[in-house]
Amino acid sequence: METIVEKSLEEQFEEKIANEIRIEPKDWMPEQYRKTLVRQISQHAHSEIVGMLPEGNWITRAPSLKRKAILLSKVQDEAGHGLYLYSAAETLGTSRDQMINDLHSGKAKYSSIFNYPTLSWADIGAIGWLVDGAAIMNQVPLCRTSYGPYARAMVRVCKEESFHQRQGFEIMMSLCNGAPAQKQMAQEAFNRWWWPTLMMFGPKDEESPNTEQSMRWKIKRFTNDELRQRFVDMMVPQAEFLGLTVPDKDLKWNEAKNGYDFGDVDWEEFWNVVKGNGPCNKDRINARVKAHEEGAWVREAALAHAQKRAQREAADQAK
Amino acid sequence: MDLQHTQSPAVQDYTPELRALLLDYTLQLADTSLILGHRLSEWCGHGPILEQDLAMANIALDLIGETRSLYQYAAELEGKGRSEDDLAYLREAVEYKNPLLVEQPNGDFAHTILRQFLFDGFHFFLLKDLQNSPDQRLAAIAAKAFKEASYHLKWSSEWVIRLGDGTEESKRRLQKAIANLWMFSGELFMMTDTEQQLAQAGIIPDYATLLPQWEAHVAKVFAEATLEVPQNVFMQKGGKTGRHSEHLGYILTELQYLQRAYPGLEW
Ligand SMILES: [Fe+2]
Ligand SMILES: [Fe+2]
Repeated sequence: METIVEKSLEEQFEEKIANEIRIEPKDWMPEQYRKTLVRQISQHAHSEIVGMLPEGNWITRAPSLKRKAILLSKVQDEAGHGLYLYSAAETLGTSRDQMINDLHSGKAKYSSIFNYPTLSWADIGAIGWLVDGAAIMNQVPLCRTSYGPYARAMVRVCKEESFHQRQGFEIMMSLCNGAPAQKQMAQEAFNRWWWPTLMMFGPKDEESPNTEQSMRWKIKRFTNDELRQRFVDMMVPQAEFLGLTVPDKDLKWNEAKNGYDFGDVDWEEFWNVVKGNGPCNKDRINARVKAHEEGAWVREAALAHAQKRAQREAADQAK
Repeated sequence: MDLQHTQSPAVQDYTPELRALLLDYTLQLADTSLILGHRLSEWCGHGPILEQDLAMANIALDLIGETRSLYQYAAELEGKGRSEDDLAYLREAVEYKNPLLVEQPNGDFAHTILRQFLFDGFHFFLLKDLQNSPDQRLAAIAAKAFKEASYHLKWSSEWVIRLGDGTEESKRRLQKAIANLWMFSGELFMMTDTEQQLAQAGIIPDYATLLPQWEAHVAKVFAEATLEVPQNVFMQKGGKTGRHSEHLGYILTELQYLQRAYPGLEW
């Protein structure tokens, strides 16, 4: 009996997916679909929050008041994205506390790109231009992802991401049109960020175990390699426009495929950073854990005060 | 010297004396919001709760925005072709005029909240009055900043209440912050020569009229927070006349680093 009911629920679910009808929190969904989403959305939320650290690193040193204000508002946006995404993940029945614990324990991942350091002001330009650029590539298709709250969160996120990329490009522009020392700063940052950015699209398709199911469920819309190719095709002309050299000796226009051929990503480095051996993995998690632990008394105080207040109000009403 | 202007004249119509006073004052306000904005921005990514991380970044952003308008006006008043960035990035610590309070380190969240609360009250009542200044530029800048400062004061007042009337630990931490920071609150209301002359000319309020409003607000919030208002505390001063604590040098070292390392470039 029960299996028949299950099956029909599953059929209904599959039908919705096939007909591009959004899945909503109260709808039945396969446990694996729920798990995949919680993993992906929380990972995405964590990336927004951890991503505040490398960029926040330059707010106090921004070279002009205008740049300072823009960077502050950009990093503030990322915090907002983290909030929307944690809320979206919470609709699947996992609390923000639980997700944060998983981040701190190392169980949950975040985008490896943020395990690289920001060493000069040009890194802020490179991050906005390349990293937010890659994020847009990854995220625009997610505005049509099958899970409703995730898709809606992504619509809000994507609106702000284009401003992030623009400000990054503008920083790179000013540097590339500036003094030789500035141009050199830009090239040096570009050299460091180019390959890690290509890694943001994830492992090669044949080594990406989750891709196929995620595509079937329309959580994902394009494969990792498809997105990586698009990104390279979009960024190479922009780099040329800036007068920057792409640090890839194998980069070549391929007329037949109407795209660029490019060198192989250093997958050993990729897996190393994923496993926790990137230059900043420890610093990033330590910073998050420290903020969380040092904030415990603040959260407790806020809770205690809210409870006292509720008690007083209840007592007043009883009078 | 006639400082009183009933109509609001353009900058070039001011007497040189009045321009100098206004320049000095505008710089002081700008320095103050810049340094406090800088301190708050140090929290970015490290706040105790994500929502409060956002709130602090937001306040920092408001303060930096106010800073920019003020430096732009100061640059015009000075008329020497300096830009907002020249004023922020190329002045020495002794030339900075912010009160000592805003350069104090963030400390724990209780210290940050208390520093913000003491300042926000002053800022709020000052801007409220300054919106009506006969100097139109100052009035316009104040009007915009006043809306923001109202929100800042609400935020920091609520946190003082939460921490004061929260847990034993939060109360103890806040009391420690009061013990450390209260002595910097007096300088906010001590008027420099510049401020006295501008107040006499009716361009800015007499701070003696702001103090009771601030005291009343503090008393109300502290009462709700079950905290005692300190009495007879010796008040530190010096920042507004360029005599700073050791902290400011480090703030400026960081803030000015790129402009000092690569002079004269566009970013
Ligand atoms: Fe984001
Ligand atoms: Fe972004």
